[in-house]
Amino acid sequence: MSTATDSRGERLVRAAAPPVVALVLFLSLWEAVVKGFGLKPYFLTAPSTIWGEFTKNFGRIWAACRVSGTNALIGLLCGTVLGIAVAFVVRRFRKLDEIITPLAISLNAIPIFVLVTVFSNMFATTSDVPRRLTVTLGVFFVVLVNVAKGLTQVSATHLELMRSYAASETEIMRKVRIPNAVPYLFTALKVAAPLAVITAFVSEYFGGNQNGLGSKITGSLSSSKNAVAWAYVFGACLLGLAFYLISIVVETVATPGGVSKRDRS
Amino acid sequence: MTTLSIRSLKKVFNPGKANQVDALVDVDLTVEPGDFVSLIGPSGCGKSTLLRLLADLIQPTSGTVMMNGKSAHQARIDQDYGMAFQQAGLFDWRSVAENIELPLELKGWDKAKRRDRAHEMLELVKLREFADHRPWELSGGMQQRVAIARALASHPQVLLMDEPFGALDEMTREHMQAELLRICRAAQTTVVFVTHSIPEAVYLSSRVVVMSPRPGRITQIIDVGLGDARTDETRDDAAFYTKITEVREALRGIESTLAARGVDNR
Repeated sequence: MSTATDSRGERLVRAAAPPVVALVLFLSLWEAVVKGFGLKPYFLTAPSTIWGEFTKNFGRIWAACRVSGTNALIGLLCGTVLGIAVAFVVRRFRKLDEIITPLAISLNAIPIFVLVTVFSNMFATTSDVPRRLTVTLGVFFVVLVNVAKGLTQVSATHLELMRSYAASETEIMRKVRIPNAVPYLFTALKVAAPLAVITAFVSEYFGGNQNGLGSKITGSLSSSKNAVAWAYVFGACLLGLAFYLISIVVETVATPGGVSKRDRS
Repeated sequence: MTTLSIRSLKKVFNPGKANQVDALVDVDLTVEPGDFVSLIGPSGCGKSTLLRLLADLIQPTSGTVMMNGKSAHQARIDQDYGMAFQQAGLFDWRSVAENIELPLELKGWDKAKRRDRAHEMLELVKLREFADHRPWELSGGMQQRVAIARALASHPQVLLMDEPFGALDEMTREHMQAELLRICRAAQTTVVFVTHSIPEAVYLSSRVVVMSPRPGRITQIIDVGLGDARTDETRDDAAFYTKITEVREALRGIESTLAARGVDNR
């Protein structure tokens, strides 16, 4: 734990320094290995070459990022809303829990390519809907499990206290269960946001439009443009990182008191 | 009017099943306004069960509990009592003041009135400058003071406490005991207090109710008679030690009876 006299900036630097140093070391080692052993680009491409392709093709990479990013974002939003809604239903009607939870678990066990293929057969080949549905399903499961847990695992003392106040079930829901579930939702989103991006890429491998990051990566690889493929991979990393950062920013904004800070204190 | 009137109270958990437990039998107790009654006894004597029956958090198997001349159920609906537990049970997502406001919120008080009362209560427990802090920024003793302030926020005549100082260190604990007496005297509150500690029971109470397990029941009621003005000096008083010895012997009597009956009482 840092002392109270630390400024915010100092703490940020101290938190950011280890991963930045590690990244620089990793990239230098990679560059040195490629240059030192004279590795061919089709075997392993040097980071400097990838960076060159990234800047050269930035417009195309950005366009592909927007396609995959939009699919991931729409799936993330739909999955979150659906997950929260079903968590409430499951909490309200405990009998349904026994039906819905096993169903959600078995749905989650289906491999992504099966889902994409099934959904692709339902819609036109140029449609983005199958991909968005696939992302929605993956996000839905993570959000459902966590939010349902947050609504249920409430402190026994809190429940006795609310009963002593003669509080109704609705009041217990509003004043105890929902606030208790908020940190669980953000934990879910931190997992679900990068998951949405990955699912969006992977679902592009199985036909449909060839305009997203996933299809660009496979496309570049099959035409032996390895450096370009790596540049697209770099774009994909940035997109995943952006989604994760957004989930953290939303959490910080939504919990001004900093409920999650408690874990660190 | 009698504050609490408990008649032939009985509580059986899991009746008729293999794991049936006679938690309480034949409990009769009367508590008058301004009384401070401690319930003390070995684990499993039903002291916490008795407190929950008074609070209408669980239902008796037979017998009656009347609070302020009403059924325990009606008293709960009317919020005639406040309650505090071993865990402070504060809500992390609310500030200290908002925690104290919660029972008032549920009673439908408006914002301004709630704020005023929360500040009045914080004044009483000497935590005024912590109104806007989060509970986890406070020490254990301070959290428990907030919990007491919350229990007293709607000015109930009765305070029910289940080992509220059990998790605190000895020094904090003695300080909290003195604070509790001061607060209850100021608010003229009647208290039923569950504890494991003999000195705590004697220091706080006008009467100590000694209970025994298997089945849980009252074996003795000891009048403490140390007067109302209790200070740190009271703890050095010969009369204080005499009463501690009296309660201890009552509890030892229970131990030896259980041992004679061959009941394992670890």
